[in-house]
Amino acid sequence: MKRVYVNEKWCLGCHLCEYYCAFANSGVDDMAKALKNVEINPKIRVEGDNKVSFAVQCRHCDNPLCVKGCISGALTKGDDGIVRVNQDKCVGCFTCVLSCPYGCITPSGTGVIQKCELCTQNGMEPACVQGCPNQAIVYEER
Amino acid sequence: MDFVNPRDFIPSEYKVIRNTDKCIGCRVCERQCANEVHHYDFDLKRMVADEQSCVACNRCVSICPTKALSIELNNYTYTPSANWSRKNINDVFEQAGTGSVLLASMGNPKDYPVYWDKILINASQVTNPSVDPLREPMETRTFLGKKPGKITRDERGNIVNNLTPQLTLDVPIMFSAMSYGSISYNAHESLARAAEALGTYYNTGEGGLHKDFYKFGKNTIVQVASGRFGVHKEYLEQGAAIEIKIGQGAKPGIGGHLPGAKIFGDVSKTRMIPEGVDAISPAPHHDIYSIEDLRQLVFSLKEATDYKKPVMVKIAAVHNVAAIASGVARGGADILVIDGFRGGTGAAPQMIRDNVGIPIELALASVDQRLREEGIRNNVSIVVAGSVRNAGDVVKAVALGADACYIGSSALMALGCHHCRNCHKAKCNWGIATQVPELVKRLNPNVGYKRLVNLVTAWNHEIKEMMGGMGINSLEALRGNRLMLRGVGLNEKELEILGIKHAGE
Repeated sequence: MKRVYVNEKWCLGCHLCEYYCAFANSGVDDMAKALKNVEINPKIRVEGDNKVSFAVQCRHCDNPLCVKGCISGALTKGDDGIVRVNQDKCVGCFTCVLSCPYGCITPSGTGVIQKCELCTQNGMEPACVQGCPNQAIVYEER
Repeated sequence: MDFVNPRDFIPSEYKVIRNTDKCIGCRVCERQCANEVHHYDFDLKRMVADEQSCVACNRCVSICPTKALSIELNNYTYTPSANWSRKNINDVFEQAGTGSVLLASMGNPKDYPVYWDKILINASQVTNPSVDPLREPMETRTFLGKKPGKITRDERGNIVNNLTPQLTLDVPIMFSAMSYGSISYNAHESLARAAEALGTYYNTGEGGLHKDFYKFGKNTIVQVASGRFGVHKEYLEQGAAIEIKIGQGAKPGIGGHLPGAKIFGDVSKTRMIPEGVDAISPAPHHDIYSIEDLRQLVFSLKEATDYKKPVMVKIAAVHNVAAIASGVARGGADILVIDGFRGGTGAAPQMIRDNVGIPIELALASVDQRLREEGIRNNVSIVVAGSVRNAGDVVKAVALGADACYIGSSALMALGCHHCRNCHKAKCNWGIATQVPELVKRLNPNVGYKRLVNLVTAWNHEIKEMMGGMGINSLEALRGNRLMLRGVGLNEKELEILGIKHAGE
């Protein structure tokens, strides 16, 4: 399946991917309107310092521990390989937050969890990839 | 806190205009500005700018996700004077404070005539049909090197191949000499890969050739300049041609100076000089004081490479360029490169960049004419450099007699350069003219080389369109075809030197 991969060699640590992620998932059509005076809670996070940095988001593991550990069946791995969350089913136990080895599942701030679904729910190629100024994150088959 | 002597204070040249309705405080401008112009004020909860160190490189403007930024000229004034411009006054302030030579980068920005813009190209109408490059073959392949004066045959009458080594260019455009050190590893990789993809050449400049780029050797021109940095047998053997650099258009008559601060790691290894030591290229080659000396070096290099590679000689366009070119042609060079006074540089004394040399258009026309008159035009190919900005300039150069062009500034702009002319400060925000690892990685060669390929491919399309319009289907038929050019607003003398008629004639 196509996944988002990072080339840490080209990551500038500019954090733009976080803002494009937050904008894409805001449901608002204007970036300034969506993010002005908002503390963003993106599904992708840039780790590292100015010298070495890289963006991390859900790896969509072949054997996802989060899905295994989910007590309410909110997390599922689809036929397309994408691990999705049904926020209506999520009970906010955060077992997945604890079990994800990459730290890619985070509380959404509304009592449930949020995670990257490769922008499929937004009907577009991943926004973080499109917005990366240096092709440090790519969306491809490997 | 910096306390500045009021006499040293120069107002900021630029203003950072931030549309606060659009700014979302993502701080990408702050993270991306090597000059530390922007920062986030946690008390005010908004971005603020210290414009004093802004160089108008437009990195922040381009990368701002909400396009909230723009850079404008700061509209301050001294008492207005046509003679004492703001720039002239500020330069005096700066030098009175520092006691130093003014440094500058890129090409001459002053308002000298650009003859390309005063020359117009012909087109066919009615009686001589134009050629449609989309439907008919159109040749832009160019061969650089000495052309044989006569055909020789063996005793059976078969033609004997007496052709000396040639460079084959699929497009009449090459990337000019920019050293590893003056530009980054990633910029070099982009140029090398683009040259390979385009079937043309890039030039190492006087910085040696990084071992990683040996694989691009067949598309590499290796330079030998007055400092001889990075020159060894293997280096000479890697290149498709060897270029002896006598002069550079941006700074004729002087050498080069790469500060020790830039010379560490691979740059030091590639240049074969110790880390932290200034790389000073002398003004002259200390073994060249005459055409005969030049001839010795040309043939030393040919001997060293088994007469398998053409040798180029690059000179700056100066007052007696035609006579010098004649000497170079007689000195055994296969290719003559002329670099005009608007050519770029990574660092040059401002007075030299702005006041020394002559326009490439005039130099090219007079050199081509002189070599023709002396019957030695076929001894050398002519490559011109020094601000070739678009396909129109290339067509005009070829019609004035050039075999091919070098592009430097426009190639860097394809890589992201926004022409802020601060290369000498070594903090290039676009990852080109810098060796700072965090800045260098901003130029991903995978992105960069494709943009170079796009640029040159686009120019080549335009060259074909313009040639087709003239009813010409090969560069060879355009070369030196000055009847295809007309001048506008030029005086008799200028037309005479350019060898063209005025529009309407």
